[in-house]
Amino acid sequence: MTDATAPSAPVSGDAEPSSLFTQTNRTKRRNAAEKRFKAYGLGAIGIGILSLVVLLVSILGNGLPAFKQTYVVMDVTLDESVLDPNGNRNPEDIAKVLTFGYTPIIRGAAQNLVREMGGEVEGLTDGMIGDMISKEAAGQLRRFVLANPDLIGTTQEFKFLANGRIDGFFKGRVTMESAQIDSNVSPEQLVAAERLAEAGHLTTSFNLGFLTAPDASDQRPEAAGLGVAIIGSVYMMLVVLALALPIGVAASIYLEEFAPKNWITDIIEVNISNLAAVPSIVFGILGLAIFINYAHLPQSAPIVGGLVLTLMTLPTIIISTRASLKSVPPSIKDAALGVGASKMQTVFHHVLPLAMPGILTGAIIGLAQALGETAPLLLIGMVAFVRDYPGAPPEGLFDPSTALPVQVYNWTQRSDPAFFERASGAIIVLLVLLVLMNLVAIILRRRFERRW
Amino acid sequence: MKLIKLSASALAIAAISATAAAARDQVQVAGSSTVLPYANIVAELFGENFDFPTPVIESGGSSAGLKRFCEGVGENTVDIANASRSIRESEIQTCADNGVTDIIEVRIGYDGIVFASDINGPAYTAFTEAQWYNALAQEIVVDGALVANPNATWADVDASLPAEEIQAFIPGTKHGTREVFEEKVLLSGCETSGAFEVMTGELGMSEDDAETACMSVRTDGRSVDIDGDYTETLARIESNPSGVGVFGLSFYENNTAKLKVATMGGVAPSTETIATGEYPVSRPLFFYVKKAHIGVIPGLKEYASFFVSDAVAGPGGPLSEYGLTPDPELGQTQSMIENEETMASGS
Repeated sequence: MTDATAPSAPVSGDAEPSSLFTQTNRTKRRNAAEKRFKAYGLGAIGIGILSLVVLLVSILGNGLPAFKQTYVVMDVTLDESVLDPNGNRNPEDIAKVLTFGYTPIIRGAAQNLVREMGGEVEGLTDGMIGDMISKEAAGQLRRFVLANPDLIGTTQEFKFLANGRIDGFFKGRVTMESAQIDSNVSPEQLVAAERLAEAGHLTTSFNLGFLTAPDASDQRPEAAGLGVAIIGSVYMMLVVLALALPIGVAASIYLEEFAPKNWITDIIEVNISNLAAVPSIVFGILGLAIFINYAHLPQSAPIVGGLVLTLMTLPTIIISTRASLKSVPPSIKDAALGVGASKMQTVFHHVLPLAMPGILTGAIIGLAQALGETAPLLLIGMVAFVRDYPGAPPEGLFDPSTALPVQVYNWTQRSDPAFFERASGAIIVLLVLLVLMNLVAIILRRRFERRW
Repeated sequence: MKLIKLSASALAIAAISATAAAARDQVQVAGSSTVLPYANIVAELFGENFDFPTPVIESGGSSAGLKRFCEGVGENTVDIANASRSIRESEIQTCADNGVTDIIEVRIGYDGIVFASDINGPAYTAFTEAQWYNALAQEIVVDGALVANPNATWADVDASLPAEEIQAFIPGTKHGTREVFEEKVLLSGCETSGAFEVMTGELGMSEDDAETACMSVRTDGRSVDIDGDYTETLARIESNPSGVGVFGLSFYENNTAKLKVATMGGVAPSTETIATGEYPVSRPLFFYVKKAHIGVIPGLKEYASFFVSDAVAGPGGPLSEYGLTPDPELGQTQSMIENEETMASGS
């Protein structure tokens, strides 16, 4: 109604003669409009790139330190009177000494190390020195002793994690000023840590544990790792791949090539598009009701997570598969049918191979989407504190585990500030995985896709 | 062809392993996010020191945890519910309806609730319950009548407080902490300020109505419910330094470089003042064990007794180091678990 009435500059019958060298007002306006539109477009892209850069800089800035960790190298004398009170090297008796028994040994060794270095730090108590070593050390030492009972009574060199705050000091998260008011670390400890670093007892090196170790409690953020979460995510992706790809491809081949076009298939089609837009938490509720409450599958297990994510990924895969099946030219199908191939032969020998790159791309994008999903996992008990690695598949699929995005969510809720760094580190791992998956999708498309 | 074979074999594997993985061998815990860090610490030590698998701990709030706890008996229900308040009569009823009749109540210690603000923010250093009641209640008593809360700044409440807009971040209603906040701060402030007396006396309200009026929080935006964890409260305070937040003592102790704490009624919060009862705003923390699962789920009883053992929950143990105030009656709790005394037989 409105744009019909835009008689800008009513064109009179005898318009001024147009020239290629002088622009008329109208041309100028059109050119200006085009320039403005280009500027809007550039602005939009600029905003997008700017927010991406801000996001990446903040995540990398916060998260990269998580890939490095501060360790303390020191000699520990494995005191026989404490570790094997009966003196018979019986593994059962040694196992009766809990980590509470190992803690004083480690604290004592740390005190010796600092005191022997000389140069008394004023106000540094024995308790403070002991707190510089991670609480994880006792567990590490106990595992070592249980594995090597013969070494009780000897002195061994160990590489323990330093306490999270000491680690934060070398990463710039903790400063002398903040240590003044922080109840968990004191400036005296930082001074002692600096001296230890100068003497070479305290080193910062690559933190493999961040990728392999299980989660840790709030008291030892320095020991927390992504091991269980990565395994859980991989298991779930395996389940999704094994279920969503065959089911999705079978459904789309049938719908695209065999199904009669009637109101039933129309309804199915509308529902598939609808399902693709359903919020993921709904699939979580469904999973809780069907897989856990009805089918009695275990809670917190990757199999349930995988099944729920399969339901979520199916519409994505079906839609992309159908699109790539459609893009195979009808002439190829007709030719196959013309030389006497059955409909099934036509589909499996000609249409499907040609559509495969598109199908795989769709599947990988669906997987990437599933990899980053947290909400449905919340309801099926995967947002949990899990420290034991799940076993090898297929039994391992039923063991409790977490997933990468869940670990990010978990760590952002912990009270110790060191977990913030870990959460950003986990985001980096997740982003790297997503980039890799999308890269594979792009390569597949570039290399194998045929255009007609 | 290949695809069909692949999907058939995948389904077959899933079906076979579904029967193989019938028995659950690790303890499953759900519930309060306040108890979560303590439970994590104990679970970690438990897995480190015993041959049992490390228990799996979920959070989600006391009410959500108890709801799942009461869903029934069996391997796909949780064995333990963590709670930052005691179980309600209605929840015991729900449990009983679903066949969860024998419940062991374990009190692990006490946790303080502290009132803290940005370390560089206004000088909120001393509060009383009455001040919080007058600042946050929906309606307060002015000149013998109930009126909508007129206080806009803390100085309006009490001249000794900073002249800053009232902006408080309190736990949302799904948290057990909220209940304690309402009872121990708002209600008690209502009583000490004399408002409760006026309501029941001159205004002729029943005690129940007066209590409800005391505990209803203003909804004009000066009090903000935080449904997430304390990290969210901390983030809100960092972006709004004139606000005051409600935290758990252990959270505050891990973030003393960012937060400063206010005294309540002249007492500074610490595990000592909470243990002696001088600091008024504290509450017991619990977990609830399904007796029917003891002996079925390996390590359940061992985990429960390890949790309350002197080395873990006692003074100087890892839990008190993290901010839990040890329960003076821990020995009683230990023997209760030893004898598997349920709530009905115990009380």
